Amino acid sequence: MLGLLALPVVALVLGATPADLEAGLAHPLFGPALWRTAQTSLVSLGEVIALGTPLAWWLANSDGRGRRLVELLVDLPIVLPPAVVGIALLQAFGRQGLLGGQLEAMGVQIPFSVTAVVLAQIMVSAPFYIQSAAAAFRGVNPDLLLVARTLGQSRLGALLRVGLPLALPGLLSGAALAWARALGEFGATLLFAGNLPGATQTLPLAIYTALESDVRAALAIALVLAGISVVLLFGLRILPGVWRARASLSGTHEPEQQP
Amino acid sequence: MNWALSLRLRLGALELDVDLEGDARPVALVGPNGAGKTTLLRTIVGAHRPDSGRIQMGDLSVFDARSGIDLPPEQRRIGYVPQGYGLFPHLRVLDNVAFGRPDLPRAERREMAREMLKDMGCEHLTARRPTTLSGGEMQRVALARALMVGPRMLLLDEPLSALDAVARRALRAYLTDYLRSRKLPALVVTHDARDVVALDARVYVVEDGRISQSGTIEALTEAPATPFVAAFFHGTVA
Repeated sequence: MLGLLALPVVALVLGATPADLEAGLAHPLFGPALWRTAQTSLVSLGEVIALGTPLAWWLANSDGRGRRLVELLVDLPIVLPPAVVGIALLQAFGRQGLLGGQLEAMGVQIPFSVTAVVLAQIMVSAPFYIQSAAAAFRGVNPDLLLVARTLGQSRLGALLRVGLPLALPGLLSGAALAWARALGEFGATLLFAGNLPGATQTLPLAIYTALESDVRAALAIALVLAGISVVLLFGLRILPGVWRARASLSGTHEPEQQP
Repeated sequence: MNWALSLRLRLGALELDVDLEGDARPVALVGPNGAGKTTLLRTIVGAHRPDSGRIQMGDLSVFDARSGIDLPPEQRRIGYVPQGYGLFPHLRVLDNVAFGRPDLPRAERREMAREMLKDMGCEHLTARRPTTLSGGEMQRVALARALMVGPRMLLLDEPLSALDAVARRALRAYLTDYLRSRKLPALVVTHDARDVVALDARVYVVEDGRISQSGTIEALTEAPATPFVAAFFHGTVA
């Protein structure tokens, strides 16, 4: 099993020479696609965090049928094939879609735009953040939030000053997972946003296009994308541990801060 | 200050139906596990809304179902130390204690917290993280933090149970002196009859969500109303 998991990655790394990589990075598709990927994935990550954090808090603190229904809705994009997500987005925001009339009246056209790239990324990546954030919030001892309130904090104050800091490692790893998923988003983007170089073409789509004409360029772009993912993975696995170690050590070694 | 509460609350399988009152003399809350002692404390600070009843602190009503009064926890000024002390692990001791009184400027808050820790003999702990403290130290820091808001009353959930015998005796004596000298009303949950004796507390026994007996240690020892009360005070020389 391990071999099966590792072999393609090893092959990817071994298959490229530095010259290939250089040629790939100079490929005309690479620059615009890298920029578009960075821009859209950061925007979608920001939206996911801004809208997903309150929802995760609500999920962690409610009970009953309503919560289970919302949890199902949140998990749905994980099990839906990306191509299905793409079609679904078209059915919602496309010209013939559910909101097509209203959007057209407002003069807004979403499919095959940068907005569509961001929407596709949000839909496929949000579940990873929300799940991880809800689990992190659930792990916060409710006694601590109650104590914060007896010490004069409002509900929101207790959340901001105690709930968020304690859940932070879980929120960060959720954000990293969601970001990684958004970076790699392919299927839904292809169907909903298209593969327009310089407009909606992100790195995964650039690999797809490059593969038709220049395998080496595709390989180089793939390596760059793999590199970013590996960095994210390390951040995900190692940083929280370092963080915790630092937090517990600093109490005994760091000098007291003067007010 | 006199305090009185009369609460009816249904929470999952637990049905709480209790009447308690007290003054500056400490009150001990004893009872088997799952009887509703912790739920009662959490209700008094405002975590749960009772179905009916009232909570009176001196002249102030913090909750009254009939007149619709229900102060949020941050306005009740009730000092609460939960089981396990409830220290914020992400803040140093000084900032834990300074956490209360968000109305004061930061420097002033910290100065006040420093004084409070000094009173407790804990000034050497200010820069430490809660996870590095001993049980007795954590309890003192939690107490100092609760006292920062100038509480009308203190609620302590098993304040001594996690301590070793030596720390337990020291803190028990400290707590007794402190409460007596400040005339600060306190409701203390405990599983140890020696705590009740040391605090010279009036006792309420909670069993299955109701008060099964209340009174002085002597009265409860002489005429226990239930097998639990008899077992709890068995061997206590009151």
